[in-house]
Amino acid sequence: MWSFALKRTGTTAVTLVAASVIIFAFIHVVPGDPIYVLLGDTATPDQIDALRHQLGLDQPIVLQYLSWAGRVLAGDLGRSIFFQAPVTSVIADGAETSILLATMTMIWVAVIGVPVGVVAAVRHGTWLDQGLSGAAMLMASIPTFWVGLYLILIFAAWLGWFPSSGYPSIFEGGVVNLRYLVLPSLALAAPNAALILRLTRASMLDVSREDYVRTARAKGIRPWQVVRRHILRNALLAVVSAFGFTFAALLSEAVVTETVFALPGIGRLVVQSILRRDYPVIQGVILVIVVAYLLINLIVDLSYRLLDPRVELQ
Amino acid sequence: MLSVRDLTVSLGPETAPVDIVAGVSFDVAKGEILGLVGESGCGKSMTSLAVMGLLPQPGPRVRAGRVVLDGSDVTQLQPWQRVEAGHGRMAMIFQEPMTSLNPVRRIGDQIAEAVRVHDQVSGAPALARARELLELVRMPDPAMQLSAYPHQLSGGQRQRVMIAIALACRPQVLIADEPTTALDVTIQIQILGLLRELCGRLDMAILFITHDMGVIAQLADRVAVMYAGRIVETAGVDAVFGSPRHHYTRGLMDCMPVRNAGAHRLPTVSGQPPAPGTIRAGCVFAPRCAAAREECRATDPPRIAVSQGHQVLCAFPLNGGGPA
Repeated sequence: MWSFALKRTGTTAVTLVAASVIIFAFIHVVPGDPIYVLLGDTATPDQIDALRHQLGLDQPIVLQYLSWAGRVLAGDLGRSIFFQAPVTSVIADGAETSILLATMTMIWVAVIGVPVGVVAAVRHGTWLDQGLSGAAMLMASIPTFWVGLYLILIFAAWLGWFPSSGYPSIFEGGVVNLRYLVLPSLALAAPNAALILRLTRASMLDVSREDYVRTARAKGIRPWQVVRRHILRNALLAVVSAFGFTFAALLSEAVVTETVFALPGIGRLVVQSILRRDYPVIQGVILVIVVAYLLINLIVDLSYRLLDPRVELQ
Repeated sequence: MLSVRDLTVSLGPETAPVDIVAGVSFDVAKGEILGLVGESGCGKSMTSLAVMGLLPQPGPRVRAGRVVLDGSDVTQLQPWQRVEAGHGRMAMIFQEPMTSLNPVRRIGDQIAEAVRVHDQVSGAPALARARELLELVRMPDPAMQLSAYPHQLSGGQRQRVMIAIALACRPQVLIADEPTTALDVTIQIQILGLLRELCGRLDMAILFITHDMGVIAQLADRVAVMYAGRIVETAGVDAVFGSPRHHYTRGLMDCMPVRNAGAHRLPTVSGQPPAPGTIRAGCVFAPRCAAAREECRATDPPRIAVSQGHQVLCAFPLNGGGPA
């Protein structure tokens, strides 16, 4: 297990370096020379050379990359043109919302999607299964903004149980502020829980046809124990990886829900920064998202290894 | 010990059932190995699953007949229901040792699980019993193997684990469904020897299913030859090999390669067995039988006792004598 973890972390580090090179190259792909943008049309060649030297842009590209990577590792992603603030703090604000929102969503997905999927699989072919699977199909088909608007209408406007929009930081208002994320996380959970439900069900049914499940039944153990000890763990292998990429996607792609609920998340930050041409922020956010994907994948692979002893790196 | 009477397993709707096992009857006594032999698709695996109460659901069902274990009717019960009713002493090993063990759980766990159900012990005593069972099936280094995962074992070792799991059920009847088909010949001989030894030592009744006449000759005490869902001939192993009475059994004998017989094409039984659902009146083997007469195609063949313990499902059985 430990050598597996070490090797797997090593490959993650290599991937991260490769990704950072691509992100660094992003600056040089953007059309226009930043020196002209900063100095305007009237600058003299001397001024241009001076600034180029001052910013280090006259150095070889490899040295430029190394000094950029050094600053990134030190936590310096540059300054936002729009916010006139360090990119790190701009992203940190968005990340708090996105991480909490994604986590709360995944909790709903786990407590609803997996158990209901198990029930549907165990009762497969019955009216209960058909009802649950049908409901899941419906939830997966309805757009999240529509679910979000109805949640706002019912639980915020009519019942007044939860706030309808915004999110003040829990570091300022305390943990009660999590109530701002209940409705958006439910809206996001609906389609994702539905997909996990169907995946759990399908995976359970696949595994229940395996020879070793027949062996388990032949031992004379009760049907529920067969499900718990033999089918579920093998079926969850497929579900775990789906959990990983769902979580990663929620971190960066919850734009619509963030917009409906006016949440200051990463998804909205990316879209707005693109519209504002706020390159340092875009670059920083992409880097953070890449790191998040890599970390989540690492965690998924490590938990895979815990669940399945056969997994080895080639 | 095990008594099966008129077992009929069917697919399809209640109103128009298709019988894939049609009225199969046999007995297996303590310390005896009954070989159930037949071509692929003749219903031998379905028979064994039906006897074990492991027919896949939804799927084929036992439409008629009885399975009696040590005097108790267990026909419609699954293994866990048999355990609850106190008639759980039947176990089964399967054809594919590579896929019959749970890949993500340790060998010791998988054996101990069966021990817990059948011995009502848990924890350390269950694991100790698991180790004992691994010794019983001659597993090399049993203490180490308890914590191994199936993918770390060879095919033969996995089949030994399967046998250990089966023995954990303290079976009076052991069903072995082609347990050596997927193994190398040398390993096959070891496993067959082990089963033979355990049969005598634990006084079990073994129902051994195979398509391999050679295995039958080596292992079985008695043979039941199955064709198209029916048992067409039952006899002691010597009688079946020495003087087969059914034309199909004789055909199977002629297909066996003979050492030093020179280079020539092995004969085959020409034609194909009938597909379930296409079976009409008359003898099921008549379309492939060289000796079939008009009568064979019109009326069902009688079951004739040609001698003590030797029955044949044929109106015009062969009159004995060795294979040509």
